[in-house]
Amino acid sequence: MKSIQEIEQEIVEEFSLFDSWDDKYEYIIDLGKRLPGLEAEHKKDENRVRGCQSTVWLVAEYKDGKVYFKADSDAVIVKGLISMLIRVLTGHTPDEIINAKLGFIQEIGMTTHLAQTRSNGLLSMVKQMKNYALAFKVKSEISHG
Amino acid sequence: MSTQTIAKDLDVYAIRQQFPVLKRQVKGRPLVYFDNAATSQKPQVVLDALMDYYTTMNANVHRGIHTLAEEATAAFEATRDAAHQFINASSREEVIFTRGTTEGINLVAYTWGRQNIKAGDEIIISEMEHHSNIVPWQILCEEKGAVLKMIPINGEGELQMDAFKKLLGPKTKLVSIVHVSNALGTVNPVEEIIELAHKAGALVLVDGAQSSVHLDIDVQAMDCDFFAFSSHKVYGPTGIGILYGKKEILEAMPPFQGGGEMIKEVTLEKTTYADLPYKFEAGTPNIADAVAFKAAIEFVNGIGKDKIRKHENDLLAYATGQLEQIPGLRVIGKAVNKVSVLSFVVNKAHPQDIGILLDNRGIAVRTGHHCAQPLMTCFGIPGTIRASFAVYNTKEEVDELVTGLQKALKMLL
Repeated sequence: MKSIQEIEQEIVEEFSLFDSWDDKYEYIIDLGKRLPGLEAEHKKDENRVRGCQSTVWLVAEYKDGKVYFKADSDAVIVKGLISMLIRVLTGHTPDEIINAKLGFIQEIGMTTHLAQTRSNGLLSMVKQMKNYALAFKVKSEISHG
Repeated sequence: MSTQTIAKDLDVYAIRQQFPVLKRQVKGRPLVYFDNAATSQKPQVVLDALMDYYTTMNANVHRGIHTLAEEATAAFEATRDAAHQFINASSREEVIFTRGTTEGINLVAYTWGRQNIKAGDEIIISEMEHHSNIVPWQILCEEKGAVLKMIPINGEGELQMDAFKKLLGPKTKLVSIVHVSNALGTVNPVEEIIELAHKAGALVLVDGAQSSVHLDIDVQAMDCDFFAFSSHKVYGPTGIGILYGKKEILEAMPPFQGGGEMIKEVTLEKTTYADLPYKFEAGTPNIADAVAFKAAIEFVNGIGKDKIRKHENDLLAYATGQLEQIPGLRVIGKAVNKVSVLSFVVNKAHPQDIGILLDNRGIAVRTGHHCAQPLMTCFGIPGTIRASFAVYNTKEEVDELVTGLQKALKMLL
């Protein structure tokens, strides 16, 4: 299993192959289209991440000490961005997720290229994923005394 | 074509030269700015006026007796006179400086509203209001136990006037209505609304944030009781706006905020308030932006609103025709009487995705609910893509939008 940092590095290298932002967006859109959507039962208000303009749903599962994420959005570019976040964070321990720096978002140019209002959607997604990790960590610490 | 016709037309390319920001590149391409309903760009004369104010006469207004203070006061008050003419108020005392439309509406809600609205009274707004003409009234109604009612709209995005007539009654104290919808471009029949409301004994506030740049505004002919608008949508600076109110109504209203500028005499026991319009202008105003606002008004008057309107209407008609040829595209808001704003949705494509991809080609549009969530709910959509046109936009830019949209849809669908 690759570390969070190794996966981030992979994504940065993949993006370095693109010549233009059109190509980057084509790729992100493709990721968005390929990310399996959430079942209707998960698309409820309590799973919503409050972003800017699009609706994002995020669910997490804790299994054998690791956190697994699933997400969906009604906007495909945002869905592609979530797909990358899931690729980086899913299957890792709560501690690894809480401490992840996620520098790749900036390195592939997403924070400068998307206006602040939209990156906020991305940042609230990251925050929500870390919140899940923290909640699972606290819960497992309590149950293990 | 005769030379006379050419002379009468607006020379959009010469006008573009006056807007420095239009020369910039965005994402490696020439900027196409179609977010004018959010805020317009500023011509050089406005930028010069701002610079000139700070470099030659910066001083506080109304108080000093030194030369700079007198010059600053004269420049500040000259804008009041220009605004007075711009909306044809009957006197300059009726022209109050605010931070913008939102503050103008809040001023009325917090002063006239608190003084006159009682439990059980009714305030009428419409389903196409901007949040700034909804929330102040919700706050007031909640505080007073009054009732807020909404005029419904039809499928074209026009007010249902029959429904409005039924809403009007003896309990109606105020109708607060948008002149031109920011999300749809619909021009509302405010004269008719005002006449009906007055017959029912209610006052009328007109939200002129969008209309003031496109339509000829004559508050006396309109007979509205209040009219609020912002400088920054009329090619002027942000942070300054105007609230017009009929003199006798303004005189009876309590002050909005307390402080300097708005007083006649202060003792520890009692303060007497300044005369209009100063009663409503507490504290040091936004002098520089107010001064530069005059340059914006002169810029608009210099070209003529009739020419600007014709230019924008031509663009709107051209853009509507072009966009409607795109399969799956639906224009939201098809009022017979509309200006400048083209709102649309495309089947299966989220407005945000389209907005991001258009921005990637240097095209600035607005996507989302446009601060009019109740309106979006009426149409059953989360938001639209909105292109809004100004005096400096061209058909070539509309072509860029169409091409950009086609490419975006090819990527998305």
